[in-house]
Amino acid sequence: MSTTVETTPTIEAPRGGATGRKAAKVELKGQDLAERKFARKLIAPGLVVAILITQIPFLATIYYSFQDWNLARPEERSFAGFDNYVAVITNGAFLPSVWATIRIVGGSMILSLLLGLLLAVLLDRNFKGRALARTLLITPFLVMPAAAALIWKYSLLEVNTGMINWGLGLIGIDPIAWNTDYPAITIVFTLTWQYTPFMMLILLAGLQSQSGEVLEAADVDGASNLQTFRYMTLPHLRTYAELAILLGTVFMIQVFDPVNIMTKGAGNTKTIAYLLYERAFIGQQIGEAAAYGVITVIVTIAIATAALRTMFKIFTEEAR
Amino acid sequence: MTAPTRRRLGAAGLGVSFALALSGCAGFGNLGTDPGVTTVTLATVNNPQMQDMAQLLPEFNKLHPTIKINMIFMEENDLRNAATKDVATQGGQYDIMTVGAYEVPIWGENRWLVDLTDLAAKDPAYDVDDFFQPVRDGVSVENRLYAVPFYGESSFLMYRKDLFEQAGLTMPERPTWEQVAQFAEKLKDPAADRAGICLRGKPGWGEMFAPLTTMVNTFGGQWYDMNWNAQVDQPGFTDAVQFYLDTLEAGGEADPVSFGFTECLNLFSQERAAMWYDATSAAGSVESEDSKVAGKVGYVRAPVKETEDSGWLWSWNLGINAESDSKDQAWEFLKWATSKEYAKLVGSTLGWSKTPPGTRKSTYQIPEYIEAGGEFAPLTAQIMSEVNPKQPGVKPQPWVGIQYVTIPEFQDVGNQVSQLIADSIAGRRPLKLALNQGQEIAERAGENQKKG
Amino acid sequence: MSTTVASRPQTTQPARQERSTSRFTRRKVTGYLTTLVTWILVFLFFFPMLWMVVTSFKTEGQAASFPPEFIFTPTLDRYAAVFERGMGLYLLNSLFVAVLSTVVVMALAIPAAYALSVRPIGRWQDGLFFFISTKFLPVAASIIPVFLLLRSVNLLDNLWSLGLLYLGINLPLAVWMMRSFFAEVPRAVVEAAQIDGASYGRELWRVALPMVAPGAAAAALICFIFAWNEYFLANLLTAVVARTTPPFLGSFVDGRGQFLAILSAASTIAVLPVIAAGWLAQKRLVRGLAMGAVK
Repeated sequence: MSTTVETTPTIEAPRGGATGRKAAKVELKGQDLAERKFARKLIAPGLVVAILITQIPFLATIYYSFQDWNLARPEERSFAGFDNYVAVITNGAFLPSVWATIRIVGGSMILSLLLGLLLAVLLDRNFKGRALARTLLITPFLVMPAAAALIWKYSLLEVNTGMINWGLGLIGIDPIAWNTDYPAITIVFTLTWQYTPFMMLILLAGLQSQSGEVLEAADVDGASNLQTFRYMTLPHLRTYAELAILLGTVFMIQVFDPVNIMTKGAGNTKTIAYLLYERAFIGQQIGEAAAYGVITVIVTIAIATAALRTMFKIFTEEAR
Repeated sequence: MTAPTRRRLGAAGLGVSFALALSGCAGFGNLGTDPGVTTVTLATVNNPQMQDMAQLLPEFNKLHPTIKINMIFMEENDLRNAATKDVATQGGQYDIMTVGAYEVPIWGENRWLVDLTDLAAKDPAYDVDDFFQPVRDGVSVENRLYAVPFYGESSFLMYRKDLFEQAGLTMPERPTWEQVAQFAEKLKDPAADRAGICLRGKPGWGEMFAPLTTMVNTFGGQWYDMNWNAQVDQPGFTDAVQFYLDTLEAGGEADPVSFGFTECLNLFSQERAAMWYDATSAAGSVESEDSKVAGKVGYVRAPVKETEDSGWLWSWNLGINAESDSKDQAWEFLKWATSKEYAKLVGSTLGWSKTPPGTRKSTYQIPEYIEAGGEFAPLTAQIMSEVNPKQPGVKPQPWVGIQYVTIPEFQDVGNQVSQLIADSIAGRRPLKLALNQGQEIAERAGENQKKG
Repeated sequence: MSTTVASRPQTTQPARQERSTSRFTRRKVTGYLTTLVTWILVFLFFFPMLWMVVTSFKTEGQAASFPPEFIFTPTLDRYAAVFERGMGLYLLNSLFVAVLSTVVVMALAIPAAYALSVRPIGRWQDGLFFFISTKFLPVAASIIPVFLLLRSVNLLDNLWSLGLLYLGINLPLAVWMMRSFFAEVPRAVVEAAQIDGASYGRELWRVALPMVAPGAAAAALICFIFAWNEYFLANLLTAVVARTTPPFLGSFVDGRGQFLAILSAASTIAVLPVIAAGWLAQKRLVRGLAMGAVK
């Protein structure tokens, strides 16, 4: 464990508190050849493994996307050319599923970010039992997503026996038919509950990496808590939030269990992951599912490239 | 943790891993078996009958000490996925699989399951004719048996005798859907938090569409005609679905889209529904000690409109993987688990209400079972022998099956159409639109069938 | 400096005490109120988990009853049923594959991340983007091709192949996170070590890594969590010998009976190891992430 104070990074605040970090900016030029070679040696194993393990399945998927193969009709398996891709683009299921994914993932992201921020701010203070509170708050992220979805479905959101309707009943609100009337919201609840701890941890890290002296200076200058928060803390947190959003999005795109367990895709909740699952295992159309997969990757890469290269500071910062 | 400690731990871990790798171990699931003992892997759903079977495995071992049965439980959809994937790609991971009456004919035709006709006929004590004929038909292809049933169910209507008495209503012996809908509307009591009837609304070909297809059949509709033209937008089908939705609205439970078998069971046995149309096997749970309505429930045949009866037919069966290396041993187990003796074994050891229902006529002649079965057992036996999976509806159909269509695409068609109808129930989509879209989906599948 | 939790120097309190006492009292009251609100929120958030644990001690009938039963006689019956089905075996499998894949992931990710951060190679942005893009393919699309691949080399139902796949899934994550942490390592320290004549290996393992140890713990924990809870691949690529805990949990869902209590029991058992790991790491977790998730 480092004993130096310099490990509390500052981003936009003045240099007070950080010792000499900003001074030594690495220049890419002038590295000697040996260093570069060594760097390549370091990255090689990881890269090779990553390529093998992730690209081989991807290539296999591309291969199968050109086949017309229904698992239950093996005798009719044949080469299909681009038929699967045409089917995917024309059958009208992909776009609604993209919207569903954007709505559900986006909604969960925003909610969990806000909730995570609130919890992080609250946990940033020193109070008794803080470690316990933090552990309790992490637990939703630790439980198996399928188990979490089942608990939410049967114990909490069930119209007759669920705790939420019971709680609402205590304050005089009629039971809400969650699954029938608000299926997308049920998924959002579950996802938010699971991912808020993740957001909270990252934002809490950001809060605790703020330089104490900077905050003290603001306080001495007469800034209220709210002003400090708005003009100093939030900008500092921006990069942490961006990391959280990036990772969270990557996780949530793959999310499948809540849809499978709670709504089975009805009510505009058919996310891309569930659509693919349906095509592959219920429709048993291996080629079509593979084509869906390839198209999803292409679309996601396009969106991600645009988002990452323009919005995120992570990538636009210069390397040290 | 200090670096040296971490390094030592890492080395130890790597050492263990190497040792395991060298020993060729792929996992810890390989319980040590003695040589001479064959392990037979059985992939199964997690339902009460199979849980009981797991408990009784020691009895099988007494009779066959050289055969070890390894039961792998899975959730129904996961089982379907895993088993289909296994047989379709000739993976051979499972020797025995629990297959539903829907899969057996499809897999049998593809020769993914072992033909059991001769094996079953060989042993007169096994008495293959003791099985209910409709159930047998459901798992045969051209009179060749491809799986043996261990659990069978049809559907009937359960109702609260006490509530009917209170309201001064009488349930006829063979009710019509009109009558049932009216009862439901009268008995629905939001103030008492009680639904008139619990009907499945959960999307799924085996969930909502099980009761709904039986209603379609008895309303004179069907999924496909004899030439595999989809009939989803035809009057028989559309009227039935409209009626189903109307009944749900006027007399059904709140939040119907969440309700499958388990949810309705909970509702009914907690006294929050006056009637429940569902599987005959539900009676066992309804009359159990955990249920608050035990002893207050009456049972009648499934409601009809234009047909004599309209119960569905479903069986869970055990089939042997064509790729299995242990076919003989597997058959020994199948024989044991679906025999007359097994039914008696379950009854005497675990309780007579747990005897596997709906497969053998002889089960319904065991005195203790009749006693424990109360009202519903004899009715179940009658229904199981009367249903006609070859022509359950008014018009003829080119497949054998009541509440499902025995083509591979039906899973997908049924699921998608049920999702559309669920949206209608929730008011997000007009029913006519949903059924038109359903027709398109069903038509595509029908085209496949016409080709093949 | 506190080593348990990264907290900034508390220089504010003394300054405040000099002001009027009424303001101090008001602050104290606000403090208590805020703590109260915090605990209420913690309770609400933790409640589903709590309810799950409570349900695991009920009978099936009690678990499904309404209004929900808060007072009841707890029973260990459901836990017994879970173990009767052989949970021990599945826990062992899960532990093996999760630990193994996490260890290998970290062993590969740390050098790769270091190369991408402190000693950047050209086009490091592209390298990083490639890593994260491998996570864009939905698993369901590639699962059958993967299944067929593994079948052809006879590696189905095998913890090693499963671990390998988890490696592929978690490696991008680990690389991404470790790169950010390494980017926070002060150049001065690294240069000092170089001047001292440290070899490159020493520079990484003896100098840089200890400085980001908490961050490494955080990344390792997250990889462990994902490997432990992974359901889809485990379900389809393992059958008998290599079956892990998540498919085992899924097997309790019953289409014809009530299962909430037994499922809660199994889930509680399954989450305990992760909670233990989380508790141990939670202090390091925050500090690790605080050490510079991003610059």
